[in-house]
Amino acid sequence: MTEILLPILIIGGIGLIAGAGLAIASALMAVPTNETYEKIRECLPGANCGACGFTGCDGYAAALAEGETTQSGLCAPGGADVTKQIAALLGVEADSSKRKIAVIHCIGRQDNNAETKMNYHGTKSCRTAKQLYGGDNACPDGCIGLGDCRKFCPFEAITMEHGSPVVHKELCKGCGMCVESCPKNLISLEECGATYTVRCRSHLKGAACVKICKTSCIGCGLCVKACEQGAVAIENFCATIDSSKCTACGKCKEACKRKAIALQ
Amino acid sequence: MSYMLGVLVLSIFAENFVLSQFLGICPFLGVSKRLNTAVGMSVAVIFVMVLATAVTYPLFAYVLEPNNLGYLQTIAFILIIAALVQLVEIVLKKYIPSLYKALGIYLPLITTNCAVLGVTLLHFTKGYSYGIALVNAFGSGIGFLVAMVLFAGVRERLESCDIPKFLQGLPITLIAAAIVSLSFMGFSGIANGLIGG
Repeated sequence: MTEILLPILIIGGIGLIAGAGLAIASALMAVPTNETYEKIRECLPGANCGACGFTGCDGYAAALAEGETTQSGLCAPGGADVTKQIAALLGVEADSSKRKIAVIHCIGRQDNNAETKMNYHGTKSCRTAKQLYGGDNACPDGCIGLGDCRKFCPFEAITMEHGSPVVHKELCKGCGMCVESCPKNLISLEECGATYTVRCRSHLKGAACVKICKTSCIGCGLCVKACEQGAVAIENFCATIDSSKCTACGKCKEACKRKAIALQ
Repeated sequence: MSYMLGVLVLSIFAENFVLSQFLGICPFLGVSKRLNTAVGMSVAVIFVMVLATAVTYPLFAYVLEPNNLGYLQTIAFILIIAALVQLVEIVLKKYIPSLYKALGIYLPLITTNCAVLGVTLLHFTKGYSYGIALVNAFGSGIGFLVAMVLFAGVRERLESCDIPKFLQGLPITLIAAAIVSLSFMGFSGIANGLIGG
């Protein structure tokens, strides 16, 4: 009889002691957690992208809960929904900032529009490739096309299509990870909406530009003349469009002989 | 002293838990993607291995063994280790929040880790004394760290390689793990010389 009872008693005893010990320990050493913190943390998406300027979602939630900041709209991935939820929890008014998305300013890689100056067979990373004479593309400002932005995107919103990165608007949360990942600084965050952008950042003069890329901006100024809103300007032989003035009439796109302007 | 040192080296290299005894493969493949998570997990494993040994060894020697209940060691140890890890988590959360933040997410993973259970069980088959068992546990933890750091390095290299499509992901990882493990088999030759001397 003891052969059966003893094991039961010992294992049961260990279990009981462990259980009681844990119960006592958790009661004695309970850490009071801030309820608002927990609730805010639940609202946040948990991407830990740092777009809010704090150390990840935990940091932002803590800052909000402890009153370090009252800005509810800092979470770019969460968007308007999260802003509203946080504002409701804190009892403040929701920030009404527009959603931002990443825009890529070079399509030279697409269907081999741009010339290359060498055959690169090294590590498949734009940053590494840039170390070698600034990348294999002939244009010094062009996309290297090895997809660092795609790898850095925590939301899989960037895919490589025909050699060029493409941002999927509906998936992009505007966290800005890709902006930092691009060694050529070809990505910027812009307010999401129906506006036109220039798909080139080449600062080469017109003639040099025409030789190496089919879709480059040569700074000819046709789009500046075509735009009735005065939203287009040319700096360093490259056009830029001010998205706050753009009404998406499409005249700049029609005017551009180089196919360098497209909808966002 | 030299015996102790021998056991330490043995447990790190020749009897490496992951690469020679194939225990704890799950975190080895799961958490080795980035170097910093690999190190975090390994430090937590070292901590728990030593602590678990410190508690389970006396339990076996003074409670189970005298009552001829050696066969209960597996279930009893699982119980003890699980409770212990929970306790450690509570204590860390209260008194050392910074360490809790660093180890916190890995502790629950370790609760049912077979490497931790293995280390506590294997002391008795090898007949180690209490002190040597603690050294062995520490060494096994270090061995886990070595394996994780090595493999994290290998995997970070693999990320930037041009891998054939049918090998991408887990297949190439398993092949790489096998090769790393093969290299550790080389240490088994020195095992006898170390302990025997």
